[in-house]
Amino acid sequence: MAAEALGWWGVPLGILAGTLRGSAPFLFVSLGECLTEKSGKINLGLEGTLLTGAMSAYAVSYLLQDKVGSALSPWIGVLVAGCAGMVLGFIHAWLSQQPKVNDIAVGIAMIIFGSGIAFFFGKPFIQPQAPQLPTIDLGGWSSIPAIQSALKISPLFILGVLIAPLMFWFFKSTRWGLFVRAVGDSPDAALAMGVSIPKVRMLCIIAGSFLAGIGGACLSLYYPGLWSESISSGQGLMAVALVIFARWNPIQCLWASLFFGGAQAIGPALQSVGIEQGRYLFNATPYILTLLIMVITCSPKKTLSGAPGALGTISG
Amino acid sequence: MALSRSNWRSTAEVIVIPIAALFVALVLFGIFCAFLGKNPFAIYGAIYKTAFGNWRSFQGTLLRAAPLMLTSLCTALPARLGLMIIGNEGALVMGGIGATIAGLLLSYGSLLPSPDQVQNLLGLPPLSVQLGMALGGIVFGGIWIAIVGALRHYRAVNETISSLLMNYIAIAFLNHLVEGPMKDPASLNKPSSFPIPEAYRLGNIDSTRIHYGLIYGIIACLIAYFLIQHTTFGFAARTAGGNVKAARIAGLPVGKLTVIICFLAGSCAGLAGMVEVAAVQGQANASLVAGYGYAGILVAFVARYNPLAAIVVATLLGGIINSGGALQRSFNMPDATVLVFQGLVFLVVLYSESLYGRLKIFKEPEVKATPPAASTAVPV
Repeated sequence: MAAEALGWWGVPLGILAGTLRGSAPFLFVSLGECLTEKSGKINLGLEGTLLTGAMSAYAVSYLLQDKVGSALSPWIGVLVAGCAGMVLGFIHAWLSQQPKVNDIAVGIAMIIFGSGIAFFFGKPFIQPQAPQLPTIDLGGWSSIPAIQSALKISPLFILGVLIAPLMFWFFKSTRWGLFVRAVGDSPDAALAMGVSIPKVRMLCIIAGSFLAGIGGACLSLYYPGLWSESISSGQGLMAVALVIFARWNPIQCLWASLFFGGAQAIGPALQSVGIEQGRYLFNATPYILTLLIMVITCSPKKTLSGAPGALGTISG
Repeated sequence: MALSRSNWRSTAEVIVIPIAALFVALVLFGIFCAFLGKNPFAIYGAIYKTAFGNWRSFQGTLLRAAPLMLTSLCTALPARLGLMIIGNEGALVMGGIGATIAGLLLSYGSLLPSPDQVQNLLGLPPLSVQLGMALGGIVFGGIWIAIVGALRHYRAVNETISSLLMNYIAIAFLNHLVEGPMKDPASLNKPSSFPIPEAYRLGNIDSTRIHYGLIYGIIACLIAYFLIQHTTFGFAARTAGGNVKAARIAGLPVGKLTVIICFLAGSCAGLAGMVEVAAVQGQANASLVAGYGYAGILVAFVARYNPLAAIVVATLLGGIINSGGALQRSFNMPDATVLVFQGLVFLVVLYSESLYGRLKIFKEPEVKATPPAASTAVPV
């Protein structure tokens, strides 16, 4: 990045650019987790889903570039990433609804399994360069290259920004949204309404995992735009905390994702102006932030406002 | 798990179901390998040979089992209280940091010894330095998870998520220390702390490759088993894990119990970090983050939170991890193969959880109500 030329102005610009780039995976994965948790289950395994999505999107984009051209192949990659996520989501949904099986434990197992699958099949794709998703350049008005490169925005990010209000509307105003809320809040009421709890949860978890898979595609096909085994570094796990922070509200998931993307960009932005001291501690910012938020917002006296009632109960 | 005529069926259930689950996982993994065009039987053969085939390879298995025994306790102990803690990796890393700090201070008198100090060690007896390192590991790892327990009890912060986040914080802290305040200038490619002098490291059990960490692991599991099953403290913990409200009414200090159990749990994982530093790496660096923490969760699960069973399961899993290198060399499979296998085992074992009490052959004939065997009384 040419931020050095801007001196100290490079820091806020770097953070802005990092926010716009880095928040896309957070956005998809947190919207996915939001949908899952609204139905009363937690999916910790989205970390594995994110990795599998990133790997499959990258692999498909690379393998198909000669057959369908490098303009189309990344988009097929995005779709495949979503479908790979759905497969993992199905396993999670089926297993976590067995009697006496804890959904958090299933999540941990799915992290190990999902990352195992991603690393196993992703090994050959660490070196080659796959075609990337196109970007929308919003920085054309500026003559400064740093600003131009900072405002290259992914269409996936815009898609995510659109999904957030759509999901809000879905929960608030549609019949299906009501079913999901009923299943998550009060399974008894849902039963009385004649809604099949397992089916609703199955669909929600699978759809949520689809979104998380696309979040993975954001990582490997947009920013940082490569496939490596350390690419997600816990973003799928942070999604769980992010949803708590956003109080299970899709619109607030959007703000929370931007916030986390920004927190993640502080370290590299400071590094670009030569502040190297403690850069590893800065890398820990999102995790420390998440923990602090949880400490502040949780209370032993009452359950969190907005939390689905059946969340965290085993049989619920 | 005393065998008596009245509960042999439920004892059989506790033994048969995990073994059957492992078998099913093996079959699924075999299908996965066959699907990729590898001969599953040749792969099983190689796993067996490199893990348990002869004394030399079994030593490698035991080497890897040692930290697994310790990290599994980090999940198994709090599980008795109904807590699901998965911060094993972070506690291991913190323990490694604590052990390194103690080890450097006790042998050189400084974290960044000058050449002069390197030449003139303080000259404490090796045993006291080793005990100091163990204490450092126990305190650092213990406090790390005790924080999780305290947050859980006093702020109702979900212990699973907070401990998970703290893994990442611990790893960042380790990277910060070995890149900055504790960096040995001589370590160029792989930033590390100053090495612990050879004389103060944990040696090998005579004429083997196995270091004394294995003894630490086995003793810790035995103590944990005794503590949980045969002391009032363990009984109080199990009571609180069964029903928090009943425990409160009975006057049990639930908060104190939570923090103490979490401290003990973290100190076991911290001890694993100490073993890695004092016996394997000789110094603190990024190699501490080797996945023993996450594998320890799996061990605790398969062992159904029973510390004695954890010794056996850790040895099995140690064998599988030990064979990873051989799979890579002889079958040209990526190192993540072991991860896929672990994931499969984990998923199948979780599914088997739902089978307890559902299979007819393990049902007691309806004569009189017998209390369930102690080791099955864990709520999951």
